Amino acid sequence: MTELAAGTIARRRTGRGFIPSIHGWLLLLPAAVLLVSFTHWPTAATIIDSFFSTPKGARPAVFVGVENYEAMLDDPIFWRALWNNVVYCIGTIPASIALALLMAVFVNGRLAGRGFLRLAYFTPTVLPMIAVANIWLFFFSPSYGLVDQVTALFGAPARNWLGDPSTALWCIVVVTIWKEAGFFMIFYLAALQQISPRLAEAAALEGASRWYFFRRITFPLLMPTTLFVLVNAVINAFRLVDHIVVMTRGGPDNATALLLFYIYEIGFKFWDTSYAATLTVVLLAILAAVAIGQFLFLDRRVHYQ
Amino acid sequence: MARIEVDSVSKVWGATRAVDGVSFAAGAGSLLVLLGPSGCGKSTTLRLIAGLESVSSGRIRIGGTDVTDLPPAKRQIAMVFQSYALFPHLTVAENIVFGLRVRRTGAAERRERLARVAALLGLDKLLDRKPAQLSGGQQQRVALGRAIIAEKPVCLMDEPLSNLDAQLRHEMRREIRALQQKLGITMVYVTHDQTEAMSMADQVILMREGRIEQDAAPAVLYAKPATVFAARFIGTPPMNILSLGRKDLLLGIRPEDVILGDRGIEAQVESAEYLGADTIVACRVGGELALVRAPGRVDFASGAPTRLSWRRDAIHWFDAATGRRRDDVTDAPQDLIRETIA
Repeated sequence: MTELAAGTIARRRTGRGFIPSIHGWLLLLPAAVLLVSFTHWPTAATIIDSFFSTPKGARPAVFVGVENYEAMLDDPIFWRALWNNVVYCIGTIPASIALALLMAVFVNGRLAGRGFLRLAYFTPTVLPMIAVANIWLFFFSPSYGLVDQVTALFGAPARNWLGDPSTALWCIVVVTIWKEAGFFMIFYLAALQQISPRLAEAAALEGASRWYFFRRITFPLLMPTTLFVLVNAVINAFRLVDHIVVMTRGGPDNATALLLFYIYEIGFKFWDTSYAATLTVVLLAILAAVAIGQFLFLDRRVHYQ
Repeated sequence: MARIEVDSVSKVWGATRAVDGVSFAAGAGSLLVLLGPSGCGKSTTLRLIAGLESVSSGRIRIGGTDVTDLPPAKRQIAMVFQSYALFPHLTVAENIVFGLRVRRTGAAERRERLARVAALLGLDKLLDRKPAQLSGGQQQRVALGRAIIAEKPVCLMDEPLSNLDAQLRHEMRREIRALQQKLGITMVYVTHDQTEAMSMADQVILMREGRIEQDAAPAVLYAKPATVFAARFIGTPPMNILSLGRKDLLLGIRPEDVILGDRGIEAQVESAEYLGADTIVACRVGGELALVRAPGRVDFASGAPTRLSWRRDAIHWFDAATGRRRDDVTDAPQDLIRETIA
């Protein structure tokens, strides 16, 4: 009844020329307002701000061209943060994806208590990052932390894992892998359950080993998921800094300063908003380039059902 | 060529006996059909032969070897699945030679065998396509190709034609049968379609609730059904089962054996359904309904009186209590004989 009435109204409106397009725009307006005011305008404003100086007190912002970018290239902490982020990406992404795939294949099989295992693997994802960071802060604490207590059993001396510039970043990497693998596992698990068990049976009849079947059938069929997870992992590697705030605050000696954490410090601790905008533009450019590259290069090798 | 022997095999899941003490043998190079309604255990029996499920009890032998405890790959079998189970990201050619690659057959031999199978099944021009780019019938052929390229002596088929339309099913039926005879494969073929069973099989095993109802050649299954269930499962429309007022015996008569006319039992026409070559007339006999297949077009008004008769040798007797066939009933009730013999 209501559908019928709505149909009649729609027909009457389309008869009047310009009104239907206004009707459409009005429908789009709420979503468009939100998108523009919280996504597109801030992005544009950030790019514009990066070409101006930071306004201070009585001194308004003035156009400075690429001066901010020149300062950035001369900033050793920027290069340190960028390098840290590269190490962090290489350390976390392949490991967490491999672990996620392994766990998904494991809990996809027939085994007792697999519901419990799935839940256990997914728990780190549900926990807030701040809580996670506090748990790991205890694990890594010198002498009485879990890690040191275990290594002490083998006679290793106590170490300040988070206080040592040579180990701090790797501690952060471990926390991230632990946090992310369970999340990615869910995507792999969903994809695995889309694969008909008949395929495995057909392969078993031909004498294919489980590893051969995984290599030739399962893994290629999971490629769309892998691509999706990969893009997400890269974005997360540049986006997630909660645990840094709790665990190290970028220290010691900027050993764990990631790009976004550095932006946060510049912008909200030193209030150098123009320089923060400049760094943000660089971060956006890196993310965009990586995402486009992934889709362009990997898409051709992916089989979509 | 290999003979398949299934010896009192059972498969139990908890309280359900999916397959319950089933024994039969398929002769080398023959086509055996496992027939029955959904849930009768025919697919499970096939999966037990394939080794995709393990038996709860009993033994299975293929070509004289006891394969009961062997993995599927060691049983010298190929299988075609209902869903075809083609690998969606591999081309037709790669799908067909998958097993050869697994077993590390040389590239030259692989190419040669692929060419032979592709020619046999008319897949020559489709070898570079992906399964999603094929029609249902073509996918079916690829699945067949994957099964026969292995040149295994036994091929198992799990309702292979159920996803095709009627026209194509008819074609594939003949093609599969011709292929099976040409290559001398021992084939076990699962279906719920009695037409497939009747037209293709050397031997039909009719199953019901995990047990064998009848194990016979198609012609015997039609001419001498062992039980009321078998009698009503084979033939369209199914055999009439009438008690005609008797307590101990059931009379079975096929619709095509009933003669409409002015002799025999009194009946009333309920409806007539014209099918082209013949007409199915539903008649009420006492409290029971009997179907009659009358040749050509027969016009009856609903409620018109008629009489039904049949030849004595067209009668099947069944025990009313057990449902089993009774060939020992020679003295049919006097009144029935007098009224019905044409």
